[in-house]
Amino acid sequence: MTAGLPLLSLVIWVPIAAGVAVLATGSDRNAGLARILALLGALAGFVVSLPLYTQFDSLQSGMQFVEISPWIETFKVTYHLGVDGISVLFILLTSFTTLLVVIAGWKVIEKRVAQYMAAFLILSGLMIGVFAALDAILFYVFWEAMLIPMFIAIGVWGGPNRVYAAVKFFLYTLLGSLLMLVAFIYLYNKAGTFEILDFHRLPLSMTEQVLIFLAFLVAFAVKVPMWPVHTWLPDAHVEAPTGGSVVLAAIMLKMGAYGLLRFSLPITPDASHALSGFMIALSLIAVVYIGLVALVQTDMKKLIAYSSISHMGFVTLGFFIFNAYGIEGALVQMISHGFISAALFLCVGVLYDRMHSRAIADYGGVVNRMPVFAAFFVLFALANSGLPATSGFVGEFMVIMGAVKVNFWYAFLAAITLIFGAAYTLWMVKRVVFGAVANEHVEKLSDISPREFLVLGLLAAAVLGMGLYPLPFTEVMHHSVNNLLSHVAQSKL
Amino acid sequence: MTIAVPNLMPALPEIFVLTMASLILVVDLFLSGKNRFISYVLTQLTLLGAAWITVSTGSLEVTHTFSGMFVDDVMADVLKMMTYITVSVMLVYSRGYLQLRNLFQGEFFVLLLFAMLGMMVMISASHFLTLYLGLELLSLALYAMVALQRDSSPATEAAMKYFILGALASGLLLYGMSMIYGATGSLDLGNIAAAIQQGTGSRTVLIFGLVFIVAGLAFKLGAVPFHMWVPDVYQGSPTAVTLFIGSAPKIAAFAFIMRLLVEGLPGMMHDWQGMLIVMAVLSMAIGNITAIAQTNIKRMLAYSTISHMGFLLLGFISGSLNGYSASMFYVLAYVLMNLGSFGMILLLSRQGFEAENIDDFKGLNQRKPWYAFLMLLVMFSMAGVPPTVGFYAKLSVLQAALQAGFLWVVVFAVLMSVIGAYYYLRIVKVMYFDAPQDQTPIAAQPDISMLLSVNGMAVLALGILPQPLMALCAYSIQHSLL
Repeated sequence: MTAGLPLLSLVIWVPIAAGVAVLATGSDRNAGLARILALLGALAGFVVSLPLYTQFDSLQSGMQFVEISPWIETFKVTYHLGVDGISVLFILLTSFTTLLVVIAGWKVIEKRVAQYMAAFLILSGLMIGVFAALDAILFYVFWEAMLIPMFIAIGVWGGPNRVYAAVKFFLYTLLGSLLMLVAFIYLYNKAGTFEILDFHRLPLSMTEQVLIFLAFLVAFAVKVPMWPVHTWLPDAHVEAPTGGSVVLAAIMLKMGAYGLLRFSLPITPDASHALSGFMIALSLIAVVYIGLVALVQTDMKKLIAYSSISHMGFVTLGFFIFNAYGIEGALVQMISHGFISAALFLCVGVLYDRMHSRAIADYGGVVNRMPVFAAFFVLFALANSGLPATSGFVGEFMVIMGAVKVNFWYAFLAAITLIFGAAYTLWMVKRVVFGAVANEHVEKLSDISPREFLVLGLLAAAVLGMGLYPLPFTEVMHHSVNNLLSHVAQSKL
Repeated sequence: MTIAVPNLMPALPEIFVLTMASLILVVDLFLSGKNRFISYVLTQLTLLGAAWITVSTGSLEVTHTFSGMFVDDVMADVLKMMTYITVSVMLVYSRGYLQLRNLFQGEFFVLLLFAMLGMMVMISASHFLTLYLGLELLSLALYAMVALQRDSSPATEAAMKYFILGALASGLLLYGMSMIYGATGSLDLGNIAAAIQQGTGSRTVLIFGLVFIVAGLAFKLGAVPFHMWVPDVYQGSPTAVTLFIGSAPKIAAFAFIMRLLVEGLPGMMHDWQGMLIVMAVLSMAIGNITAIAQTNIKRMLAYSTISHMGFLLLGFISGSLNGYSASMFYVLAYVLMNLGSFGMILLLSRQGFEAENIDDFKGLNQRKPWYAFLMLLVMFSMAGVPPTVGFYAKLSVLQAALQAGFLWVVVFAVLMSVIGAYYYLRIVKVMYFDAPQDQTPIAAQPDISMLLSVNGMAVLALGILPQPLMALCAYSIQHSLL
């Protein structure tokens, strides 16, 4: 039925087209129209992405839904799209998150609504493009173009220090990606093509591999972000509007990790093995040190931002222990973190919309006035600390399992964060939600609206569903991960 | 003795432009202020006519005429076409601006056409003398155009600086040419190349000459360390003239380097490569770093031009056909972006108000979202962020330079473009994140607004589908250098 349709192109271009339409029709006078158009666009984007999962053949490890057509002949660049078990879930996550962002911004965004909605719709298409691109230049175009709407979103609708955060976000990411571009050009000069899959097969000497690995690492480590290039993230998260934080945490951070899997490991397998100790060290520092940093935060968004960095440390740890548990666990952790961090940022957004404060100290006893909200918040907080039966547990458990096989102390250090994670998240919840009503502002709080309930409810269902029955997620990625592992195990020297 | 009549066909566009320029000069004498429009229309028609002649006389053959002093090849035709388009667009953008400042005069059009004629001669030159002739015709017309606003002291100052430094550079160039002539015994580019190939002439004299030639070239291009005039002239000139100086002459400068270094002195490639690397690296560094501190947008764009010229040189450094066509692509992309950015400054200027401070762009998104969006595209393109044409321009020159093995130059260029991104972002920042200071409605004539939209969209469209322009550049380079 949908066999003849260029599904991936649709998934990329439907939201972008919708974004352009919103931009063209919506002015500040008819914000309602912009909202409805944006919702329809996001919904259409989500609907067209569903067949990617239902028609995905999880027994196959290669690329599926492949589309290829010439684009820039001079550089042999092709418009080459395709997904495997590693990328397909992120595309669904992206279109799902966009839908949530549009609903979450429905009432909250009052100035320049059309531009806000358009920015996120276009961003969504570009992010899907990153996950679907199989040509390095196409990948790079999506990867960089994505910065433009995000820059605007943080700078226009962000908090008081938004300009600083937006510029820092942009320049940090640009610096990393340009070095990656140099690596791409180097590979092109060697391979005569920009096809990512051809790069995978290209023999490279150890020096080349190490240099390319490092160039990629700068790009992806900034995006993940790994310690010590994480400093843009707390700023960007804190200043971004809720939608921006959600997209940043749920999807953009995953791109760095995705890049490591799609580029660093298969293109430079020997360098990856040689430098795995270094990568594991960076990951463990992120997990432990950033976990401690998160403990002392007084701002809720900052705390969640640091928690994201710490959780992403788990992901990079999973990649560089080179076994199926590690990589699958890391992928599950990425999806799960996409749900949980989005949910936590939305929860903070709910509070912020009412109180215009993100400081933990301004709250206390919220449960007395917002019982339904408190239930959601506690659920997501528990998921964030890795409670069994929530999605947060599955990924962390798998990564720790994988790590035990390699080295007990890796696993030990990684497991310690489960304690830190529980400490900082639950302590925040305790101070914000429980206790007596802290002040008259909290006294005046009203519980969540049906719109907010819908958004949080969807995420709660996802978190619980994935925690109770993770098979549909792991099954999809299994063959692709094994394929990747066997590829990485072969030396290119 | 018989005098052979040279084949005039290859030079027909030049002859036509010259005739029309003289005609407009005469016609304009009889026009009163109200009818000045006629000169404007005639100038546009001249460009159209020249374009038509260039297309209809164009061929894939390389034709020499005037005893080999003048050449017509595909590259010349393409570059001339681009020059006409640029000048024509520039005329549309600056019409309103010129009218309000009492500069909408016959002199402007005549000087403009003479400057363009100079560029056309440069593009088609295959002889030191023709090159020099074209260059001087262009430069003299430009000096006068900068000084056209007689009651403006910054403009007069800029013109003086431009003239004195320009004359010095011409002297250097001429001196270098005389050295090469002394060593090879020829002024014809083809003969010089052949002579150097055979090892005629003292190497010392040749290199000595080359140094002066490259210095003269660098001056005209505005590359560091011969860039001092660029910021002052850009800032001091009337914006319409700045737009002109920053756009079409860069195309001619590209042709100038191609003819002089690539066609005339290929035997000394290793020598000029080294010099160009130094200039490219310095231009990218000084241009980008100094641009950060500017508050005047024209001055900022002047420094940005310097850094762009550094990138342009990267293509030449690679010393391959691939690299030359990358440079050609870069220069065309740059001209497109330059037209867009200065077009926007012209659009925002009005009677008694020059939109030349970065702060004048504050809150543009709230005043006119569409214009802000166009400027955003142009700025991201200048920064080299996809999906805009500026990205592919950078990609092609970086690819060529990397292929030639200049890894560290490429890494340096990339780091510099991060610095560059900062000040382009600042323009986006003031347009989108700041509140407007100035609520005067922006009144633009529909044709200007239309064309500016086309310009901005072209930056995006060529960013999504760069292939046609890239192929055109590669094609014209391949068919001109055989």
